[in-house]
Amino acid sequence: MTQGAGPAGRCPPGGALPLVPTHRPTDLPKGRTVTLTAPAGTAAPPTPPPDEAARPSAARRVWATVSPYAYIAPFFTLFAAFGLFPLVYTAFVSLYRVELQTPGDMEWRGLGNYTALFADEFFWTSLRNTFTIGVLSTVPQLVMALGLAHLLNYKLRGRTFFRTAMLLPYATSVAAATLVFAQLFGHDFGLVNYVLGLVGIGPVDWQTGTVASQVAVSTIVVWRWTGYNALIYLAGMQSIPSELYEAAEMDGASRWRQFLHVTLPGLRPTIVFTVVVSTIGATQLFGEPLLYEGSVSGGISHQYQTLGLYMYEQGWGFFHLGRAAAIAWVMFLLIVVLVGANALFARRRSRKEAGR
Amino acid sequence: MPIARAARRAAVRLGAVALTGALLAACGSGASDGSSDAAGGKVTITVDLFGSFGYKEAGLYAEYERLHPGITIKQTDTEDEQDYWKSLQTRLAGGGGLADVQGIEVGRIASVTQQQADKFEDLGKYGAKDLKDQFAEAKWSAATTKDGRVLGLGTDVGPEAMCYRTDLFEQAGLPTDREELARKWATWDGYLELGKQYKAKAPAKSAWLDSVGSLYTIMIGQEEERYYDASGKLVYEENPAVKAAWDAATTAARAGLSAKLDQWSPQWNQAFAAGSFATIPCPAWMLGYIKGQAGEAGKGKWDIAKLPGGAGNWGGSYLAVPRAAKHKKEAYELIKWLTAPEQQAKLFEKQGNFPSSTGAIAKVADAKDPYFSDAPIGRIFGDAAKEAPVQILGVHDKNVADQITNALSEVERKGTAPDKAWANAKKGVDNVMG
Repeated sequence: MTQGAGPAGRCPPGGALPLVPTHRPTDLPKGRTVTLTAPAGTAAPPTPPPDEAARPSAARRVWATVSPYAYIAPFFTLFAAFGLFPLVYTAFVSLYRVELQTPGDMEWRGLGNYTALFADEFFWTSLRNTFTIGVLSTVPQLVMALGLAHLLNYKLRGRTFFRTAMLLPYATSVAAATLVFAQLFGHDFGLVNYVLGLVGIGPVDWQTGTVASQVAVSTIVVWRWTGYNALIYLAGMQSIPSELYEAAEMDGASRWRQFLHVTLPGLRPTIVFTVVVSTIGATQLFGEPLLYEGSVSGGISHQYQTLGLYMYEQGWGFFHLGRAAAIAWVMFLLIVVLVGANALFARRRSRKEAGR
Repeated sequence: MPIARAARRAAVRLGAVALTGALLAACGSGASDGSSDAAGGKVTITVDLFGSFGYKEAGLYAEYERLHPGITIKQTDTEDEQDYWKSLQTRLAGGGGLADVQGIEVGRIASVTQQQADKFEDLGKYGAKDLKDQFAEAKWSAATTKDGRVLGLGTDVGPEAMCYRTDLFEQAGLPTDREELARKWATWDGYLELGKQYKAKAPAKSAWLDSVGSLYTIMIGQEEERYYDASGKLVYEENPAVKAAWDAATTAARAGLSAKLDQWSPQWNQAFAAGSFATIPCPAWMLGYIKGQAGEAGKGKWDIAKLPGGAGNWGGSYLAVPRAAKHKKEAYELIKWLTAPEQQAKLFEKQGNFPSSTGAIAKVADAKDPYFSDAPIGRIFGDAAKEAPVQILGVHDKNVADQITNALSEVERKGTAPDKAWANAKKGVDNVMG
């Protein structure tokens, strides 16, 4: 896209520009959606032609039907043992009162753990925190990633270096990153407060302030995941055909217009993907708030305790395994609902686009 | 496009490597697990502890290995007791991965004797009952179940005193003599009064005490009945002693006497050397911690005086042998030796962990510590250990205390009204009890 970015004065500015905003957005995405959804939409039925199926022996025919299942069996065996079974067993445990010290004594509670949860102030606090920290971390992270990907899509000197460097935070362990950030956000000896002090802002209590502590925890998440998302966006951007940009160029679209009306619509499936993944990540957020002050309660007033952390506090702070299991299931259902809503929203958008 | 394809390929390759690695690791661990090789008379005893018991530092393991050829001791250590306890509970529930010797904090011993007695060896089987007279009565009885099983041998106790910075006291024009101070702060009111005097003339960025949480905890250590009564009923709400400690702590918070540090946090650690506070309530085991954090530069600047308001106890530990241990007999011999009077006395002199063995207390009566301006630590802590009340321990003592100190931090650091903070503490405790 960069090679065609000459001076924009080649086309008559008066004639072409008004067309761009009305014409482009409806036209371009259509082309995009077709290319992207084509494999899924036109997937050929796997049944072999009848004359070919009749020829081989019975054993081979059986093998032909069975073998795909044999190939995927390893994954599903592992999934059943380490994914499905824990899921079901957690649901089972969530109906009992179980303590970690005495795991043998299980007392039937029915849905008691769930109803207790809805009356539990700490649960609602952590749900709210999960949401606010999720927004505080996901939105800046994705916006910044988009901007970075756009910059990296230009021909730059040392492009590979920058692209690799962006993945470094992602490769850093949560524990190491969080411990360093916890020092940076220290009240008396932290670098952040020192710098703020230089410009005359009094020391911020990054630990006990509700907003401040949530911003601090979100910063760690943003730092770790921006580069990862930027690379995904970059990959998405590179699959947008350059002809679209050339056409936009011909119509006299500025860089910004190209970004808005070519890049963004072209990236929509990628953006949906990152939003889904980030939403799941935000709902499960655990390591950062746990290690930020090393407190299972997420600060002295639970001010940055997320759902994941609250589950951990119930299970491994207070040893109430039944209640922890109930929280785990609520989290699971919450994620299912969020992802479902997201998918519904995305599908309606693309159907609307296609219908135009 | 090429980047995307390369990235996808790399990701697939990475996944394959990770999977292979996981499979290999799974195969490998089964073979290398047999750490014991009792055939040649060689035994490796594993010891799993929290905080700093100081055995390794004091050279006690090396000495034991010398005395018992064929025995090797391997120690693992977790800094924070809360993390240690969580991991121990998980392993006890699963019945695997337990060491031959596990450390137990005194705040957890009631949970061990009342809820998990069948998961630990009865040391009485190995003749531990003969050792009863070596230990202070309270220390011994707390680790004994109702039906007489002995589940742990006492290591140290935590008699309380007050540590203070003589250099900062001088700058603020306060007396520095430990006897004079003990008279001036005979009561907690006297201590808070001195704090106000200190605050008026204190050097910049220096508070009277580290945190109101430590003030609360040390005061609660002076009480016999705290969160539970003798029948095991939760009584913290009605207990006047809890209320008194709460009131003193909130008073100190509102008077701005504390450095608002969170105990055990990195900021708290840094503050020892920076001189952010002039006094810190110190159980005996805190001496080693202060030396470690304040470093060589702090030598001679610290001193120790008797605690305001009488004697008390904060902390102390036990060594126990889980049922699932591999070398129970050898483990028992080791903890018997480690908790014997001679070793306890040696540990106190080198590390400051105050002995729970009566014989050892007599041995260290004359000990002084040059780091703390030659304070007679043997006498100060010995008197405190003798006079400290025998505490009633409850299953959830530590969790209740955590909720209350969290609420105190709210008063201290956020300016929450004490009544509201107390309501928060109550809600927290209800949540703990489930």
